Amino acid sequence: MNIDELRDVAEKVREEAAKCSHCLRVCTAAGCQSSGAGAVVEGLKAAVGDNPQVQVKSVGCMGLCSGGPLVEVESREGGSKVMYQKVTPGDASEIVESLGGRPVERLVCPTDIPFFASQQKIVLENSGVIDPEEIDDYIAADGYQALVTSLTEMQPDDVLREVTRSGLRGRGGGGYPTGLKWSTVAKMPAEQKFVVCNADEGDPGAFMDRGVLESDPHRVLEGMAIAAYAVGASRGYIYIRAEYPLAIERLKTAIRQAGRRRLLGLNICETRFSFDVEIRLGAGAFVCGEETALMASVEGLRGQPRPRPPYPAQEGLWGYPTLINNVETFGNVPSIIRHGGEWFAGIGTENSKGTKIFALAGRIQHTGLIEVPMGIPLREIVHTIGGGIPEGRTFKAVQTGGPSGGCIPESHLDVSVDYDNLRQVGSIMGSGGMIVMDDTSSMVDVARYFMDFCASESCGKCVPCRVGTHEMHGLLDKIARGQGTAADLALLEELCEVVQATSLCGLGQTAPNPVLSTLRYFRHEYEQLLRPSDDEKPASGGQVVTEAKS
Amino acid sequence: MIVPATPPKVRVVTLKIDDKDLSAREDETILEVARQNRIAIPSLCFLEGLSIWGACRLCVVEMKGSSRLLSACSTRVTEGMEVQTNTERLRHYRRVILELLFAERNHVCSVCVSNGNCELQSLAQSCGLDHVRVPYRTSVYEVDPTHDLFRLDHNRCILCTRCVRVCDEIEGAHTWDVMGRGIGCRVVTDLKRPWGESASCTGCGKCVQVCPTGALVSQGTSAGEMRKDRRFLPYLSQMRGVR
Repeated sequence: MNIDELRDVAEKVREEAAKCSHCLRVCTAAGCQSSGAGAVVEGLKAAVGDNPQVQVKSVGCMGLCSGGPLVEVESREGGSKVMYQKVTPGDASEIVESLGGRPVERLVCPTDIPFFASQQKIVLENSGVIDPEEIDDYIAADGYQALVTSLTEMQPDDVLREVTRSGLRGRGGGGYPTGLKWSTVAKMPAEQKFVVCNADEGDPGAFMDRGVLESDPHRVLEGMAIAAYAVGASRGYIYIRAEYPLAIERLKTAIRQAGRRRLLGLNICETRFSFDVEIRLGAGAFVCGEETALMASVEGLRGQPRPRPPYPAQEGLWGYPTLINNVETFGNVPSIIRHGGEWFAGIGTENSKGTKIFALAGRIQHTGLIEVPMGIPLREIVHTIGGGIPEGRTFKAVQTGGPSGGCIPESHLDVSVDYDNLRQVGSIMGSGGMIVMDDTSSMVDVARYFMDFCASESCGKCVPCRVGTHEMHGLLDKIARGQGTAADLALLEELCEVVQATSLCGLGQTAPNPVLSTLRYFRHEYEQLLRPSDDEKPASGGQVVTEAKS
Repeated sequence: MIVPATPPKVRVVTLKIDDKDLSAREDETILEVARQNRIAIPSLCFLEGLSIWGACRLCVVEMKGSSRLLSACSTRVTEGMEVQTNTERLRHYRRVILELLFAERNHVCSVCVSNGNCELQSLAQSCGLDHVRVPYRTSVYEVDPTHDLFRLDHNRCILCTRCVRVCDEIEGAHTWDVMGRGIGCRVVTDLKRPWGESASCTGCGKCVQVCPTGALVSQGTSAGEMRKDRRFLPYLSQMRGVR
């Protein structure tokens, strides 16, 4: 396949689309499907009947999950778009009848609200627009152009240079410079190299990778293929958790279609470059998102981490140099190659370039997926895009970065979102989960919840994480039940330090973060729950010693 | 005629451990170099001749220029590296890690078969552990006495996996493995069958001899009576080469 053939395919899809007067797009990502989007598609198809003027299309995530199932109606003539929310199969005939006339008022979802208007989409540009199960739809949206251009017009070094110039940093949470990682793997002398896509998204409340894979799987495949060309790999793995059946199904379809179009497999674009992708399913262990544990799992071993160095870039899968990036990182690559590294570097802040996808969840008006430029103030995400806190309650904290992250209080809400700023306020960017909490949440409970999560997800290999997380959970539980003393709190803080400093992998090293950040901003909530220790208790009728001091 | 020397595959580097200038081959680890030079770094899961595990975290050291601690057993030396192995901070961390190990299962030295002959016990003594402030879990674990020659007591296991590795890498039987995760981990024989019914166990006893505590012992031993026979340990690396 060369660039002209790609254009022919795109042209054909556009001609086909131009024959219709209206296009009805139904979100069939997991969020909307679970609220009944499948039946809506059937209903709309039945209502349309054999009218060739109206096209009903299953597309990916449109973002506003709280309004699902979402349907977007586009009319070709004026190019006008109307979005409907909370659509039921019963509304189908009414929607179809309204085509060409006035929209169905009671279902209309305004798209001029900041939730839609303040976003800037790169990775999600095709989400909710193209059919994720149709490769030609992706090609019509300029898909695979970047891969074909890379293979036919660029040397691997040119690709590396563009990615380095873009300033892209790993979107899985660590924020390691992607260009640097790629060039390290590229420089390794080895006859065999691997590219791995980490889709083992496990943070509670996070669904960015799922959204991307369900809405635009080809983008990730294209990014992986470009990466493989740049580093000199010929084999790729996508490690995806088995809890994402729809994403897996769509990925499988995408891999099959790309193979048929000769965009994956042997001698892509009649060049010497070959690249195959295989899917590996995760069996539900959170720790397998850690790169060395992930590799062990791909190799068929028990999913547990090993010490680094050596890093996967030096000794990865079966000892060969391996490039591991997250779904969203690969998702950025086609756009960077198409528009150039300079263009990407123009978005975002000094040290954090581009956009970031966040999954908004918790006590917030608009839950769903958003993509915003780096550097946007956190307040804007929560109060403007997210629409603030529902039911007249007040904002208390926003949790970013999942079990490895921290809680950010009102006083730091004006921080602009980038890797370094979030670290400074005691949290991390993480993979993009954002859980908003209102004044009904107890921060000790939040810390206890995340510690429970880490303790049950610890692989059990290293002592500080295996026993430390368990003990910290015990202490947090004791404090939350009002049974803890000041000594328990001191021991908890001591354990936090030891587990953070000595654990083998990222899971243990970051497990204390939710405790440390809530202690930093909400220490009084812990202290309120403490009971006096036995030494401080007054003897019968006596005075409390601590009171006498003041 | 003199044939020019082919450049060696492994270089020799110089480094500092605890302010001592040392030289080492670049394929050696910090722990190996330290021990060659009589610098003691505590460790439990490490055993020369077995693969590196890096899990007990007792051998963590500080390296100049790195904010993270490194496990000495798994980190290879590099030119100009400056390592501290015995700072107050490290001694504190090691004591807490040992406390966590004691609190995890039921390590009661006075009634243990390995009393006086136990690596966990002697490490606790040398690291100055006098109290355990972390709450004991006091869960009762089972004992597997089904094997004719040996006995497994989960109450005294610290999950160092020396038994797993020696059985797989030296004996080639792979009778042992680890099941479960987190605090629920435990070593098992043959997909959690009783040890006595194991079809793969050769009865060689290497697992018992490499076990640092009283978790794997000979049948018929009572409090303080288990003495491990470690005469074969110096040959482990050669045995591994044979395979």
